[in-house]
Amino acid sequence: MDLLEFARGPALQLSIYVLLAGSIWRVLGIALLQSKPDYSEPRQAGGLGGALKVIWSRAFTAPAFKKATMYSKTLGYTLHIGLFVTIFFFVPHILFFKGIFGVSWPGLPNSAIFFVGVITVGVALALLIRRMTHPVLRLISNFDDYFSWFVTILPVATGLIIPIRFGVRYETLLAIHILSVALLLVWLPFSKLAHTFLIFMSRGTTGAILVRRGAKT
Amino acid sequence: MSRTQTLGEILQARGVSRRGFMKYCATTASLLALPPSMVPRIAHALEHARRPSVIWLSFQECTGCTESLTRSASPTLEGLIFDSISLDYHHTLQAASGDAAEAARHAAMEENMGNYLVLVDGSVPLGNPGFSTIAGISNYDMLVETVGGAAAVVAIGSCAAFGGIPGADPNPTGAAAIQDLVTDKPVVNVPGCPPIPMVITAVLTQFLTFGQLPELDKHGRPVAFFGQTIHDRCYRRPFYEQGLFAETFDDEGARKGWCLYKLGCKGPITYNACATMKWNQGTSFPIESGHPCLGCSEPDFWDKGGFYNPVSTASLGGGAALAGAAAAGVALGAAAAALSRRRQARTIKEG
Repeated sequence: MDLLEFARGPALQLSIYVLLAGSIWRVLGIALLQSKPDYSEPRQAGGLGGALKVIWSRAFTAPAFKKATMYSKTLGYTLHIGLFVTIFFFVPHILFFKGIFGVSWPGLPNSAIFFVGVITVGVALALLIRRMTHPVLRLISNFDDYFSWFVTILPVATGLIIPIRFGVRYETLLAIHILSVALLLVWLPFSKLAHTFLIFMSRGTTGAILVRRGAKT
Repeated sequence: MSRTQTLGEILQARGVSRRGFMKYCATTASLLALPPSMVPRIAHALEHARRPSVIWLSFQECTGCTESLTRSASPTLEGLIFDSISLDYHHTLQAASGDAAEAARHAAMEENMGNYLVLVDGSVPLGNPGFSTIAGISNYDMLVETVGGAAAVVAIGSCAAFGGIPGADPNPTGAAAIQDLVTDKPVVNVPGCPPIPMVITAVLTQFLTFGQLPELDKHGRPVAFFGQTIHDRCYRRPFYEQGLFAETFDDEGARKGWCLYKLGCKGPITYNACATMKWNQGTSFPIESGHPCLGCSEPDFWDKGGFYNPVSTASLGGGAALAGAAAAGVALGAAAAALSRRRQARTIKEG
């Protein structure tokens, strides 16, 4: 078994099992926690609606904070959109998903994906510099933040190197790219990257509580 | 044809012009990535080379490699060069059979001890000697005996180079590649199913010219021919970059000659010279004919997923494994919540 076969086979399979088990573990571990008893009468009905509304509304900054958070928000959104485009609109990736889920969708030309990928890496570097230089951010950052940044950007960087090669064989670079994805999948459920799915739980819970208390969502 | 004649004399007798001969030398130098200054040296070496003795052994194979060679452009200069070697044993092509054929092999070995080349097509069954025999001799015994006095060994085709189709899972005959069995002689792999004839003759030319074998890659293949992927040199590559793919074999994309990546083309991970040297006198190669590359010059190409699955396809290993992972997640999540609830209750109780 060569490196590419190992990456495409056992390594990727194992990482997907860990991702699945770890994600269910995290979600259930939180969902089954005993909640504090609330003896007050609900001020409003419609907890589910409030939950869904907050999941959506918290995606936008409150007007009062817009100016202060403009830089980090713009970079953050660019990073996430960049990741979304490179992951879901590169044709070989679409074929990967088709092999697993049986559905496919139109992709973008390689040059467009490459451009978005370069922007994504650039933005990620800017965010890292901000984290390392901002006095408050630097203080509250720990290993999880830095390693999560690393495993997120590694697949993008290794993917961008594949067409350039730098004298390395295609299949070796492809194997490294897939292994970097496997690392991301293994790390995701146990780190701050779990916000990929926990963000909906936390925002939804906040929305439901706010509705119950009669607050504006 | 006398063995004492030089190749130059033989070619001259066959009516090959000086211009044609030099053209062949220049092409060969170019194929082997040698500088133009090497052309006269190649010409000089070939003109003065004695016909080298070649013993061709065919083991577990389909004869496709021999077919490829014999049905290649006819008659080309490289074909004449190849004809001009002394092919002393090839049980598909030779007229002799039985003891006479084996006697010819032994005679060639004794006459050219230490100097002859052994070309092998087909893998060697190690599971049971009886799986493949020639004149009652097992493939393994014949290989060991013949290679003993050889200068070098050239494994022709993917079966000889890597085990090929006989070695495909579950490898019922215990098929082994030549490079795994011959460890004390230089072995050059010229894989492909079948290999490109010109590559075989170029390897022989290099051996005749410089007395040494070409630079090899990690799979023992000549770098000059196996240094780039099919994808790197494919004329459909621009369509790949533009995201234009044939979805089926008869759709609009297929008719327009778009990239065959989605139809399972293994060009991106296959190292061979098909896209540049092509087949049938430079007519075309599989991708040009509308079929994805199968990756036949790569080790274990038969077992590398389906021929029509794209390179980026991965397997999740089955539903049972996924269900097991999900069940483990449920168990861990429930256990974590239960522990947390117990801790919470204890904290409340202790005030």
